[in-house]
Amino acid sequence: MASLDRVKVLVLGDSGVGKSSLVHLICQNQVLGNPSWTVGCSVDVRVQDYKEGTPEEKTFYIELWDVGGSVGSASSIKSTRAVFYNSVNGIILVHDLTNKKSSQNLYRWSMEALNKDSSPTGVIVSNGDYDREQFVESTVPLLLIGTKFDQIPENKRSDVLTRTAFLSEDFNAEEINLDCTNPRYFAAGTSNAVKLSRFFDKTLSGKIGHSSTIFHRTGKRY
Amino acid sequence: MSFLVDSVIMFTSQVLFFGFGWLFFMRQLFKDYEVRQYVVQVVFSVTFAFSCTMFELIIFEILGALSSTSRYFHWKLNLYVILLVLIFVVPFYIGYFVVSNIRLLHRQRLLFACMVWFTFMYFFWKLGDPFPILSPKHGILSIEQLISRVGVIGVTLMALLSGFGAVNCPYTYMSYFLRNVTESDILALERRLLQTMDMIVSKKKRIAMTRRQMYQRGEDQNKQTGFWGMIKSVTSTQTGSENLSLIQQEVDALEELSRQLFLETVDLQGTKERIEYSKTFQGKYFNFLGYFFSIYCVWKIFMATINIVFDRVGKTDPVTRGIEITVNYLGIQFDVKFWSQHISFILVGIIIVTSIRGLLITLTKFFYAISSSKSSNVIVLVLAQIMGMYFVSSVLLMRMSMPLEYRSIVTEVLGELQFNFYHRWFDVIFLVSALSSILFLYLAHKQAPEKHMTL
Repeated sequence: MASLDRVKVLVLGDSGVGKSSLVHLICQNQVLGNPSWTVGCSVDVRVQDYKEGTPEEKTFYIELWDVGGSVGSASSIKSTRAVFYNSVNGIILVHDLTNKKSSQNLYRWSMEALNKDSSPTGVIVSNGDYDREQFVESTVPLLLIGTKFDQIPENKRSDVLTRTAFLSEDFNAEEINLDCTNPRYFAAGTSNAVKLSRFFDKTLSGKIGHSSTIFHRTGKRY
Repeated sequence: MSFLVDSVIMFTSQVLFFGFGWLFFMRQLFKDYEVRQYVVQVVFSVTFAFSCTMFELIIFEILGALSSTSRYFHWKLNLYVILLVLIFVVPFYIGYFVVSNIRLLHRQRLLFACMVWFTFMYFFWKLGDPFPILSPKHGILSIEQLISRVGVIGVTLMALLSGFGAVNCPYTYMSYFLRNVTESDILALERRLLQTMDMIVSKKKRIAMTRRQMYQRGEDQNKQTGFWGMIKSVTSTQTGSENLSLIQQEVDALEELSRQLFLETVDLQGTKERIEYSKTFQGKYFNFLGYFFSIYCVWKIFMATINIVFDRVGKTDPVTRGIEITVNYLGIQFDVKFWSQHISFILVGIIIVTSIRGLLITLTKFFYAISSSKSSNVIVLVLAQIMGMYFVSSVLLMRMSMPLEYRSIVTEVLGELQFNFYHRWFDVIFLVSALSSILFLYLAHKQAPEKHMTL
């Protein structure tokens, strides 16, 4: 077991979008049987093989910090949540594909997590106005995940996918759309599993400081 | 002709109230959620509109605006509509949305919703039995039956909220009760929280690695065939999984601890912010108000006790009594009729506005605290129900604050209810609520410094 520094990835999103189910699926490869309200923050650990298949393969632990709550919480809750945002290596933004507000709130979530150094009282100075340049400058890799994919009727799917494509462009991030109650989505070899692996590799590269080719984005959509 | 003009005025004002309710719903209540079922928004706005119309009619009564017959007609119409909404529409939709959330019953939603509604009606009817609210001359299907029951529920709600509000208001405003929280207290708690999270992480890493090793070994061992291979695999996995379950238990305990620490930190942060706020000008103003309200609260509790003990229901309203006092004792002479109209208009207006505003603020706070994306529809409808019943009973109770000449319309429209009973009931519940709030706040306040000491 490596006595490494922490590799910390935040999982953010509105109440009820499915962050706890998602984290459980990623870390335990199992579906969460009884999802309940997350109070505070719950952590889970994923064992990740960095640069799998290459001679430099190493095993790391990635900590997934699932922070509960909503963007409209009281400022005392926001200040307390800010404690978890220290030294973050990656952010997974989760939204509910059946609920447009949860996608819109992701801008505020990302601002809250990235801005925590400049606003000690936890109040967002920019009032949720989204600043695209901030995302270009920031070196923290982002991943966008849309949940409850199975609950969208067939005829609406293309509209939803177009919308999320715009979203992922705004965040300069990859996107995955899935249903957290179905482990098939992350089965080994699927494109989702590959995207997830690449995201984790990116966070690890950022940590280790390799200027490897993993930083080079090979395109968002297949 | 005047009836037509009056109706147009009433209708316009109702549309305005409806619009206001719609905006309030969109901007305040549902600002973090997506409105998927517009019927919820419509029902909420309709309830709000008709409740406000009732208050408007009282104001018109005092001012003498519109002709008397059209006022009476609109009163009756308004009353029927609001009773229809409160007893049929809203409970049915509450049942419908609750049933929709439960996956099992999803197919026969309508059937189960109707069943829920019938159960509601049964209990609603049974509610009237223990209370002496009707005189025997009413038939079984009269409007008074429905109003009396709605009145009982609404008056109970009003008294509960008033009692709690009367005690909580000085407690929140006055900085005397604020515990002393320093920055270092918060930092110490935050450090503890992060340490607990670190411990959870290290234990989970052990579990993950052990699982991975077991999985890999399991694969190797599957290659071992034969009797001895099987026995070996059984014994080794047993100790492995025993270890795992032990660590898992420790993790569960640590997670519970982390939740408690998080909540305590939120509490302390909230207190710190309140302390900072109390140092500002606004904070000092509210602190002063708090002293004033605490005196008012003690007076109200005292009056409620007197009313119950001496079995007294106020016969005259505060306006007339105030005028009597000024005329008789202070010797100031003025035109009683003229002033009583204006003063009662202002007084009733203030009562109406503050009660609407207070209720909407309380409902919003309540909604933010307990709603989630699944239950938001149900909770909004429950709040609409509470709001409707609250407003209907405040009309009932407001009768006592108005001079005699204006009371008659309320008495006429609502029928021959035992109004005295409602006032007595209000006093009793108010007293119970205020005293239990004092007890509750005292215990909560006492408990917190002890928690603090253990840090």
